[in-house]
Amino acid sequence: MARSDKGIEVNGLVRRFKDVEAVAGIDLTIRPGEIYGFLGPNGAGKSTTVHMLTTLLPPSAGSATVAGFDVVKQGSKVRASIGAALQEAALDPFLTGREHLRLGASLHAIRGARRKELIERLLDRVGLTSAGDRKVRTYSGGMKRRLDLALALIHDPSILFLDEPTTGLDPQSRSALWTEVGRLARDEGVTVFLTTQYLEEADVLADRVGIIDHGHIVAEGTPAELKAQIGKSTVEVVPENHDELGRLRELLSRFGEETAARPGAFAVQLDGKGELPAVIRALDTENLRAAEINLHQPTLDDVFLAKTGRTLEGAEDE
Amino acid sequence: MISVALGLAYRQLTVLFKNPSLFLPPMLFPLMNFASFAGGLSRLRHVPGFDFHSGYTAFTFVFVLLQSAAFGGVFAGFGIARDFEYGFARRLLVSAPRRSGLILGYALAALTRWLMIAIVLTIVALIGGMHVGGNGIDVFGMYALALIFNVVGLLWACGIAMRFRTVQAGPLMQTPVFLLLFLSPVYVPLSLLTGWIHSVARLNPLTFLLEAGRGFIDGRPTQVAMSFGVGAALLAVFAVWARTGLARAERAG
Amino acid sequence: MNVIAHQVALIAQRSLKRTARQPGVWIPPLTFPLMLMAVNSNGLKAATHLPGFPTHSFLAFFVPFSFMQGALFASAIAGTDLARDVDTGFLNRLALTPVRGAALLIGEIGGAVGLGTVQAVVYLAIALLAGVHIVAGVGGAVLILLLAILVATGFGTLGLYIALRTGSGEGVQSTFPLLFFLLLISSMNLPRNLIEVNWFRDLATINPVSYMIEAMRSLVISGWDGQALVLGFGFAFALVGVSMLLAASQLKVRMART
Repeated sequence: MARSDKGIEVNGLVRRFKDVEAVAGIDLTIRPGEIYGFLGPNGAGKSTTVHMLTTLLPPSAGSATVAGFDVVKQGSKVRASIGAALQEAALDPFLTGREHLRLGASLHAIRGARRKELIERLLDRVGLTSAGDRKVRTYSGGMKRRLDLALALIHDPSILFLDEPTTGLDPQSRSALWTEVGRLARDEGVTVFLTTQYLEEADVLADRVGIIDHGHIVAEGTPAELKAQIGKSTVEVVPENHDELGRLRELLSRFGEETAARPGAFAVQLDGKGELPAVIRALDTENLRAAEINLHQPTLDDVFLAKTGRTLEGAEDE
Repeated sequence: MISVALGLAYRQLTVLFKNPSLFLPPMLFPLMNFASFAGGLSRLRHVPGFDFHSGYTAFTFVFVLLQSAAFGGVFAGFGIARDFEYGFARRLLVSAPRRSGLILGYALAALTRWLMIAIVLTIVALIGGMHVGGNGIDVFGMYALALIFNVVGLLWACGIAMRFRTVQAGPLMQTPVFLLLFLSPVYVPLSLLTGWIHSVARLNPLTFLLEAGRGFIDGRPTQVAMSFGVGAALLAVFAVWARTGLARAERAG
Repeated sequence: MNVIAHQVALIAQRSLKRTARQPGVWIPPLTFPLMLMAVNSNGLKAATHLPGFPTHSFLAFFVPFSFMQGALFASAIAGTDLARDVDTGFLNRLALTPVRGAALLIGEIGGAVGLGTVQAVVYLAIALLAGVHIVAGVGGAVLILLLAILVATGFGTLGLYIALRTGSGEGVQSTFPLLFFLLLISSMNLPRNLIEVNWFRDLATINPVSYMIEAMRSLVISGWDGQALVLGFGFAFALVGVSMLLAASQLKVRMART
């Protein structure tokens, strides 16, 4: 199937499980080639949304099109256009990596020399060529995730759904996966719908982020836009000599409003009259030696806090 | 040692009652076997030479009682293996001042569980019309033999569990016990077995317990001293087996 | 149709590979029934002295039990493997491919049928080596194998239904005793006309497993008994049909893709 030039459109999507409304009416538009990060705590409705958009779960209400096809009425066409690496790695422990890819390719009617070439290319791309003939039960968590990704790409989909793809991975594996996802979007124009509970992941990878909580989208925009909505950067300085705290206070107050700081330190919210280099120059000019200078920029957790009254970490404890 | 044993036994029984999937199979299997043998094979009592006065139901009851006792012990062994596999046993080894009390605790729990099964089995058998030819002492003797076999089963399984420390060792616990049971006079008395199975059954220690148990329920005790002697010997051998298994587990840490 | 056949072949291939790569799974179904066959055929030899017992060889009488027990193992294996697919999300992965539900079900049974076939051949071979004479001849032996494979397919599909219903290996394992009970309350140990206890004889009479056993047994000890064969094959086909319907309807629930 030729790659679609259409993205994802969601209108008023709802999913109920008995008395629980897991997804309570969401609207989304995702452009082709975009990496869209879907951020929220456990139980927010991320995976349920993914299951609906990948046709594994029918919506209770609302509509959605993926790659231009209706998820309810044109399920098989949607499935032909998408690849998905869901929350579980979903692999057969008794098959090898190559056997998984061969099965996936065959079920998508990819045969013969083309199938063979595709399998080797994908194994190479995810770094599993040498492990291709080992049974999956001998794979590490990172290797399983990479195979999972390769399986999602076997039929050259135009849209890729990744449901918490780096949960449980070590930093190197996570970084390698990010690199590959970024390359897919940038070089091959694949649209990526990525759910995550890791702020850093959404921040680094996503072109735009949607934050979901209790089945509702509470904020949407680029990471920079969302953070800018919330607030300004804060600089905190600890003087080398504690007696100079007064002088420090006077100096820093020129750059913004005072804000909470640790004992023995002074912090201001930079209000645009100055930035960190200006602060450092001023400290130098006034001969005020600093033991520590910390710059704190708003995070997506701050965005979540502002929109919901809870931090993302705190939301997971509920 | 007693307080360790009682504490562990209490925990085992609590886990058992809170998990029907652990409790029901050891209860249901003997009942199913009893129904199948007593219901389906009762005509065997008409085989020439079948010398048993109390009826086929009583005849088969003794085998099923011993079978339930043996497997009651083995199922307890699964629990021990699970404790090792999930690390709980390490906690027990660290906290128990007298570690032999752990084996005693597992044995007490296995015994209690089996007693419940034995009571249900007995009630079902009596409702099914089982005739008991023996007196109170005879019946006590029969249950005593079954009790011994329950402990033997537990000690065997305990030794395996403590050596392998994984539930994957389950088949290793079960298979020898199964063979021991079915290479004995299950369906007919020893005198009616022929061929290789007669030779094997003659040497099978369970045969002594089985024939003596049947003698008790029939009111015609037979090989009493021999059966209890064999039972005592099995207890001694497998107590050593279990204790050395515990020592292995202690060394493994 | 070609597409479905191709998909069945792919899923069946995977199912067979998976079963073959778990010796802990296929060794007991091969050895355990043989062990029981050896023990019971000798332990119950005395039954041949009962007036009206249809043969002098209890082994010949008891051989069909092994096929039935093997079929129960097939049920547990097929069910446990599919339950693992549900549990790990592999079923979702398959749902995202073009695979049809029918192809998935028929293919999943592949491992159990493969094992059932191997079992049937092994049991028959061992029985013949042990001196069992099949009165119905080579044709009868072929029919025994076919019926055994059909029964394994039926119980295997029942295992798939239980797996789809419960979604867990424990759920499948916990129903195994119930299926085993079906085997116990049958004419596996004595012919129905020699069962003394009325309630047991009545249960064995309404138990379809009795007829499957009796069909196989008739080929071994009596020759060509049309009624026994019709009943045995009839119930076996019915088991396959009912199990397939149940499994198919449960698959629609479990794999609720649009």
